Amino acid sequence: MTALIDIFIAFLILLGGAFALIGSWGLARLPSLMTRLHGPTKATTLGVGGCLMASMLYFPTHGLSWSAHELLITLFLFITAPISANMIAKAYIHRRHSETRMTVETARMLPESPAGAAEWATFGVADADRPNQPSGEPAQPL
Amino acid sequence: MIETALSIAMGCVALAMLLNLYRLLRGPTAPDRILALDTMVINAIALIILFGILEESGAYFEAALLLAMVGFVGTVAYTKFLLRGDIVE
Repeated sequence: MTALIDIFIAFLILLGGAFALIGSWGLARLPSLMTRLHGPTKATTLGVGGCLMASMLYFPTHGLSWSAHELLITLFLFITAPISANMIAKAYIHRRHSETRMTVETARMLPESPAGAAEWATFGVADADRPNQPSGEPAQPL
Repeated sequence: MIETALSIAMGCVALAMLLNLYRLLRGPTAPDRILALDTMVINAIALIILFGILEESGAYFEAALLLAMVGFVGTVAYTKFLLRGDIVE
């Protein structure tokens, strides 16, 4: 039984290492940032998840005390990985837009910002610069 | 057997960190570098956990937890700076 659990733990450790390597390989090889984002955000969380599951199994089965830290780390990584990926993608889009010079014409193609806010969080022009829209009236759907 | 698996996995993670370093130095745009740094922090967490299993000590999980939190805050701060030109508005 212990040998079986040991084999499973070794498998999880190998899986974690392999996923970490695959994710970083994707980060190094893929052509643009939007594709590069795909590699680390999924594969690296799986890689760390494999290592954490292995340690969660290893410590109780080898006569050591179990701790909730692994679960905390897993939870924290799973919550924060999508947020940081979203922020990085947003920064990239914003940078590309500022390079291509957002004009009033292209700004007209954006949907209206929600809740009457002045602009979208990252790009767009202020409502005062928006053409053909008198202030105070609801926006026409484009 | 677990020791062998650990050394293989640690080699894999070390290689992954080298690939991240390549992207960090090379990366054409600033978001590329931020992504490389974020992945590097996650790989460092994996390395610390594997080392903790090897040493059979639970003390390393504290470091991994701290690194997870600080890495996330750092990534958000970097992207926030790129987006708004300021971190705390």
